Amino acid sequence: MHLAYPAVLSALLFCTGLYGVLARRNAILVLMSVELMLNAVNLNLVAFDVWLSKTAQDTLHSGQALTLFTIAIAAAEIGIGLAIVLAVYRNRGTSDIDKLRDTAETDDGPESAAPAQAEKAEATA
Amino acid sequence: MTTTTLAVLVPLLPFLGAAAGLLLGRTAPGFVRPLAVLPSVTALALAVLVAVRQGGDQAVDAATELTPTGSVPIELALHIDGFAALVAVLVGVVASCVQIYSTGYLRDDPRYPSYAALVSLFTSAMLLVVYSGDLMLLLVGWEIMGICSYFLVGHYWETPEARAASIKAFLVTKLGDIPFLIGLFALATDAGSFRITKVLGAVASGSLDHPTLIALLLLAGVAGKSAQFPLHTWLPDAMAGPTPVSALIHAATMVAAGVYFIARLLPVFAASAAALVVLAVMAAVTMAGSGLAALAQDDIKRVLAYSTIGQLGYMTGALAVGDRGAAVFHLLAHGAFKALLFLAAGVIIHAAGTNSLAAMSRMKDLRARVPDAYWTMTVALLALAAIPPFSGFFSKEAVLGVAEHAATGHAENVPSSAGWIVLVAGLVTALLTAAYAMRLWLLAFRGHGAEAPDHGRQPLAMNAVLWVLAVPSLAFGLTTGLLPDWFDGHDLTPTLTTSMLGTGIALVGGIVTYGAWRHTTAMAARVPLGAVAAHPEGDAALVEAEAIASHAPAYGDVASAPDPSDPGRLLLGPLHRHAAVGFHLDAVYAALFVRPVQAGATLVRFLDREVVDTYVRGAGELPRLLGAAVRRAQTGNVQTYVSALLAGTVVLAVAALLVATGA
Repeated sequence: MHLAYPAVLSALLFCTGLYGVLARRNAILVLMSVELMLNAVNLNLVAFDVWLSKTAQDTLHSGQALTLFTIAIAAAEIGIGLAIVLAVYRNRGTSDIDKLRDTAETDDGPESAAPAQAEKAEATA
Repeated sequence: MTTTTLAVLVPLLPFLGAAAGLLLGRTAPGFVRPLAVLPSVTALALAVLVAVRQGGDQAVDAATELTPTGSVPIELALHIDGFAALVAVLVGVVASCVQIYSTGYLRDDPRYPSYAALVSLFTSAMLLVVYSGDLMLLLVGWEIMGICSYFLVGHYWETPEARAASIKAFLVTKLGDIPFLIGLFALATDAGSFRITKVLGAVASGSLDHPTLIALLLLAGVAGKSAQFPLHTWLPDAMAGPTPVSALIHAATMVAAGVYFIARLLPVFAASAAALVVLAVMAAVTMAGSGLAALAQDDIKRVLAYSTIGQLGYMTGALAVGDRGAAVFHLLAHGAFKALLFLAAGVIIHAAGTNSLAAMSRMKDLRARVPDAYWTMTVALLALAAIPPFSGFFSKEAVLGVAEHAATGHAENVPSSAGWIVLVAGLVTALLTAAYAMRLWLLAFRGHGAEAPDHGRQPLAMNAVLWVLAVPSLAFGLTTGLLPDWFDGHDLTPTLTTSMLGTGIALVGGIVTYGAWRHTTAMAARVPLGAVAAHPEGDAALVEAEAIASHAPAYGDVASAPDPSDPGRLLLGPLHRHAAVGFHLDAVYAALFVRPVQAGATLVRFLDREVVDTYVRGAGELPRLLGAAVRRAQTGNVQTYVSALLAGTVVLAVAALLVATGA
């Protein structure tokens, strides 16, 4: 199989994931989009590893090994990510990213940060 | 012990007493009174011993150099001649009397320990000035007196008058001290030494290059310290301090220091005829002006303050005609009777509950309340008015005698114009002195009206001191024949012409005032006036502090009262209004110095706040605006951040590609 097919597929997957990360409002869908991007990278790793091993005499298949790493890390990441989203949803009653703007700077300056922090502390309690 | 050791102990003992008093004042209150009185009394005994051993003979000189100090050496030097020995005895007597009197006067004062220690320090500084044989050492004592007067005048610092007066006293005397210091340096440069004996030697050999300049510079410091025109304005205001302090400052220390300084260095001043004429004019203006002002004062202590200025004018007048014997004679006599006047005034203020003569003239039987103060004050006022045979007569006639001597051209190196100025001013002042002395006595002791408030018996310590001081006021004139042996040898006995003239003029002044009083006293009953602070349990200091604080609210001014029955008002006529405020000199100084300084301060404040601060604030404003702009990017939306990150990555990638392809 020519290298172009997996590469194009990977690029499409990555772009879909990127679009999801940038445009989706639901935190879970954003996480899913992140997974798409990761898997696009995994696909690239495997495809290029195969392509490289055709020309080289002996290879360690480091691309495929790295893919396994990525999958393991992605599993851990998605576990923590979903746990955070769950906790946020339980506290706020929403997982809409547009509404989670506690770190926004206001025009009032640093003096008004104290009441905002107090509000946040109350919300997380 | 040698005379030198004794003489060193004289200033040292009060100094040690002051140090111990300041250290132990809080922890051991029982020691405060002995520590205040004993060093002064011991110093007096030692000063008497030194005077007896010195005996008016050859001056005792001793010097030791602590460390080399460059071109002109500064030595710890003593120079005790007849003048120093006698003035030290006077300082010791007055200081001891003041310390003993203060134990009664400030009986319940919470700040008595620091007060007594400062009085001791003051005494020690004056004794240092008196005995010092080195001009720098003299300056040390001179400046310590300045700072002590600041603290002591401001003793009642709860009252705004005292705070203002202490600052004024300090600033005005310092104003004179700056030219004084420059004058001392110039003198030492010309003479090559700070030692008084060497300076006088240099003057005698004529090696002084700028005698007029030096004399005038030194004169500025003397005018400040000795309250001579035009730097006398601090002295009447210094009456806001406790009465014993006034007695100390006016009789023996501080103001006496200036006169004594000129007496010590008289050859320096005599080397310049111009300086003598300036001194004579200064003395004449001071004498006549203070006499008029004293006649218009309502505060009993302010009358005495102006009288001190006038009597100091006599002393500087005597110095202006080149006779320090007469000047120091008057200094000694004046020290005794002026201390007595002030201490008696303190008793009267306590008994009357007011310092206002207008209020006292509306009190019946004040003299029966305080018989000791009445009799001793009468003696002191007679001495002040120079009525024979009291001490003031002899000393003042000595001054007038030498002035007449100089006026007729019999004195060497003294311009006869100086003699005439001093003689005429002295005679005019004799009239005024008798007038205000009479007025004070009549208003204080011959009042009609309500009973004086009862403040109980005066403490024995206060009354006893009055009688002690009454002795020299009465009998000091007997020493007229002996004093020339201690001084320069000039005859000090009164001459017939000036005695007749002076006494006659004084009698006229007294009688005219009496007549005016008879004329006006009937009006006193028609115009009720007076605010009396009654504290039967309080000590005298408390009564006095309240009297000072209530004078301006009650009578509209610290100096005068709107009393139509005042004989001074009749005598002075339209001049009274100006005399009461010291001929507007304070207003002139306010216009000349105070307001420009305040305007300058306002300008500096404006420049600092509006100009300098604008740059500082501008430097902070720019980063603040930038920060506000950058803060807008922080929306809190993570997706915006990631979008910006992506855009940045794309830009960087394109740039990297372009660079890599070499486009």
